[in-house]
Amino acid sequence: MNKASHKISLTDGETEISCPEGVSVLVAMHRAGLSKIPVGCRAGGCGVCKVRVVSGQYHVGKMSRAHVSEADEAAGVVLACKVFPEGDLLIDPQGKFYKSQQK
Amino acid sequence: MAINGVLRPGFMQIRVMEMEKALWHYRDILGLDVVGTGEDGRVYLKAYDEFHRHSIILRETDVPGMDVMGFKVSSDAYLDESAEKLKNYDCKTEWVEAGEQPGVGRRLRVHLPSGHLFDFYADMELSDNGPMTENPDVFKDMPRACGVIRFDHALLYGVNVMENFKILNEVFDFELAEVQNDPEGKPLVIFLSISNKAHDVAFAEHEEPGKLHHCSFLLEDWNAVGHAADIMTRFDIPVDIGPTRHGITRGRTIYFWDPSGNRNEVFAGGYHYYPDLPQRTWDFDNVGKAIFYYEKKLNDTFLPVVT
Ligand code: FES
Ligand SMILES: [Fe+2]
Repeated sequence: MNKASHKISLTDGETEISCPEGVSVLVAMHRAGLSKIPVGCRAGGCGVCKVRVVSGQYHVGKMSRAHVSEADEAAGVVLACKVFPEGDLLIDPQGKFYKSQQK
Repeated sequence: MAINGVLRPGFMQIRVMEMEKALWHYRDILGLDVVGTGEDGRVYLKAYDEFHRHSIILRETDVPGMDVMGFKVSSDAYLDESAEKLKNYDCKTEWVEAGEQPGVGRRLRVHLPSGHLFDFYADMELSDNGPMTENPDVFKDMPRACGVIRFDHALLYGVNVMENFKILNEVFDFELAEVQNDPEGKPLVIFLSISNKAHDVAFAEHEEPGKLHHCSFLLEDWNAVGHAADIMTRFDIPVDIGPTRHGITRGRTIYFWDPSGNRNEVFAGGYHYYPDLPQRTWDFDNVGKAIFYYEKKLNDTFLPVVT
């Protein structure tokens, strides 16, 4: 391996994946075939992938201010498609799930 | 049939979060040409086969979505007539002065009940890089990338869309060509035509006003749709669905997102509409086939995800 990977865990206590440096949390989840966070535009615009980062280091890309206020961002409430881990992360999904995912 | 009054969708101003990434998408992937940048930073683009100065305007800000959609009309007098008629409706109107967009005359702005802004204008300068008109070749410069032919239509999400239809029909002669009903049999998505196209704009009933579902660009045929699909995979464009076909309008299509999460479509085909044709209707039991004709079922994202 030439690039660092980070461990992403969800607060459900059962989901754990590894996310390569430079890949967003959402894309890493999607590639792992998991739908624990809803996937939409993958561009920080639609807001469906909202999560709260409980702990860990990361940086974010541009996110729509219609979905993430400055206060949200400071509190770790962010869009998973724009979260790039810099260390292991613990994440709590917040988004509205799609009908097919509601049981 | 002579088309008079409203002629066609002419422009859309789209909000993007990072101009550089947006330009990569609209210029280098879709193949639009950059016309110029205004003093306020808005960037103007056009497709190779469009005659007028610009059709897509990108404005950088921190909330993506649509600012306004513009429709070209046949005469300036039509704007005054329409403004007069609009006094009978409970919707705000205003005049946007000539030059607010370079090369564009005054615009009659209508604040639609759905929360969208529609501008109607009679004048836009012809492009100095438009299609050839004398012994015209099929293109002047070779189309690039997806090589979209023109900005074609949009699907917009908002409240009270049948109120929109009332105004657009009674004042501007938009016709209701096709309808997707909800489970109670009430209109969920309405497809409106002001031309021979199956739709020039569509509206879906949605709890939030003023949302953009997609902005659509025309391609020549199925082969061009396939080429666009290759480009999307090669350059890792987030694709919503496609290539597939719609039951509604019969267009062959791909849906994908720009780098700010605004959905785009490239499509080819669709039936021809005439105002004397009966309206087509889909009940909710057939919504899968209506939206995605080959899959015959909806995906998770197409209906709920908007900007
Ligand atoms: S998927 Fe649309 S904001 Fe993340
Ligand atoms: Fe469309």
